[in-house]
Amino acid sequence: MDIIKTDKLTKKFDDFTAVDNISFSVKKGEIFGFLGPNGAGKTTTIKMLTTLLFPTSGEAYVAGFDVLKKRNEVRRNIGIVFQDPALDTELTGQENLDFHARMYNLDKEKRNSRINEVLQLVDLEEKKDEYVKNYSGGMKRRLEIARGLMHYPTILFLDEPTLGLDSQTRRAIWTYIKKMNKEENTTIFLTTHYMDEADSLCDRIGIIDKGKILIIDTTDKLKNSVGNDVITLSSTNLQKLTKNLEEQSWVKNTKTHDSFLTIGVEKGEEKIPIIIEMAQKLDIKINSINLRKPTLDDVFLSYTGRTIRDNGKEHPWKKFARQDFRGGK
Amino acid sequence: MASELQAIYVMWIREMKRFRRSKSRIISTIVQPLFFLAILGSGLRGASLGGMTVDYMDFVAPGIIAMSILFSSMFTGISVLWDRQFGFLQEVLVAPISRFSIIFGRTLGGATISLFQGFFILIISLLLGIKVSSIFGLILTILFMILIAFSAVGFGLTVASKMRDFQGFQIIMNLIVTPLFFLSSSLFPIATNPAIPKIIVNISYVNPLFYMVDGIRGSLIHKDYAVDPLINLVIVTIFCIFMMLLGSYSFNKTEA
Repeated sequence: MDIIKTDKLTKKFDDFTAVDNISFSVKKGEIFGFLGPNGAGKTTTIKMLTTLLFPTSGEAYVAGFDVLKKRNEVRRNIGIVFQDPALDTELTGQENLDFHARMYNLDKEKRNSRINEVLQLVDLEEKKDEYVKNYSGGMKRRLEIARGLMHYPTILFLDEPTLGLDSQTRRAIWTYIKKMNKEENTTIFLTTHYMDEADSLCDRIGIIDKGKILIIDTTDKLKNSVGNDVITLSSTNLQKLTKNLEEQSWVKNTKTHDSFLTIGVEKGEEKIPIIIEMAQKLDIKINSINLRKPTLDDVFLSYTGRTIRDNGKEHPWKKFARQDFRGGK
Repeated sequence: MASELQAIYVMWIREMKRFRRSKSRIISTIVQPLFFLAILGSGLRGASLGGMTVDYMDFVAPGIIAMSILFSSMFTGISVLWDRQFGFLQEVLVAPISRFSIIFGRTLGGATISLFQGFFILIISLLLGIKVSSIFGLILTILFMILIAFSAVGFGLTVASKMRDFQGFQIIMNLIVTPLFFLSSSLFPIATNPAIPKIIVNISYVNPLFYMVDGIRGSLIHKDYAVDPLINLVIVTIFCIFMMLLGSYSFNKTEA
């Protein structure tokens, strides 16, 4: 069953098209990830799906409800962890959860038992009576995840759940995310620009860039599409070598990036001598060569022609996604 | 319906908790009007001003009560800006609750706090020996206090919806609220003083704060007021409704 379904969803901010005609669906119970650089349209998509932004055109259904017409029904069914912390720092952890539970109209008994339950899930029971302003970044994030789960949402949206956290905390948060996906059977929709995060968490991944979805598939299939092995090399006259390599039947795909050439192949260890031999015949000197298993980085590179790290700078419309969403009932 | 009531309650209780924990806010909002009352009031005791027939302490107390409610309520309205800055507004907006309940709960919270302050000042004034005209006048005063509280929250919400940062807030306070406050006859008589230039008097007549202060003065001490308290009440009520509508409209329109 498709728990999220969009059809030609589009969002424009003045002249910018932040999200451009995207259509996709998410199955019940899976962990689905949007992978893309900053400013790709990930946050804007989440805000449309969570009723915080009105789509310019297109349709979206969350838990079977139209995000435009059935806003309250959608809201009841979803939990969100925003990219920027959205906690009341003047309240304690427990009070933040209590506030949330009341906003979602849980009765008193349910409220108290559920607060303990979610606090346990993220290991914050001992800190529950401390003010959130005294929490560390990781603790805040965990509290937000706990809060997102308070009202038994069918879908939990996580916008860059581990942004700015240290690697140990990130791993811990991944564990929580997997745990709640299993134990509470919550469908999870997350966005990330970290390859390792998408790799370790997601059942399926959509690669999104400049507001468009380039491909959606399972993590393994995406990696296999690049080839079983990836050879990266640098050499003199890279262009000539590339051209010759592309003519070989065993080369699945090639991609040049900066002064490096990436080749997808099977049985890479047997291909390295062949490549070196070929280069010698062409009078090309190979400076470096290495062989590794494909990562999502390679997948991203093969679909966008650049690595995700090239996009350090924010797109100019990013600020719109963060600030300018409108309310309405 | 139950869920909306629950939401209003929780928005209200949040304001209460935040206020109780913010020591600096408690101190500044209570101590500042107290200084005005005690220092300004006793400093000018015995002074005579044109259009003032009572002791200065009696004259200024209604103004200070109005002021303390006004500033405190405005602060609550504007604190939506803080929520936006810290991202908490998103958490509120994504809940399955109507915007109306969110605003109503928040307004109620802000009004409660400022009324608490207003009553504190009122009691201090009574202890300092302000001569209350009648029980009816006291009830009318309380009515004015409530209306001022809600109007000012509405004003604060409107301002907060239009602003993106805190600098704007300073400008509004300095360039709009302060002159209006001076022109409200809270600290010195305006309409009852024949020596004041006609133009200032006319300006004060289009100043909504004037009717608030004049209304409290008219009902509490029933001296040195320019407009009948009941007429003031009607004007302030209309203004309050207008401000509340404008505040919730603005809050609905521009978000986070």
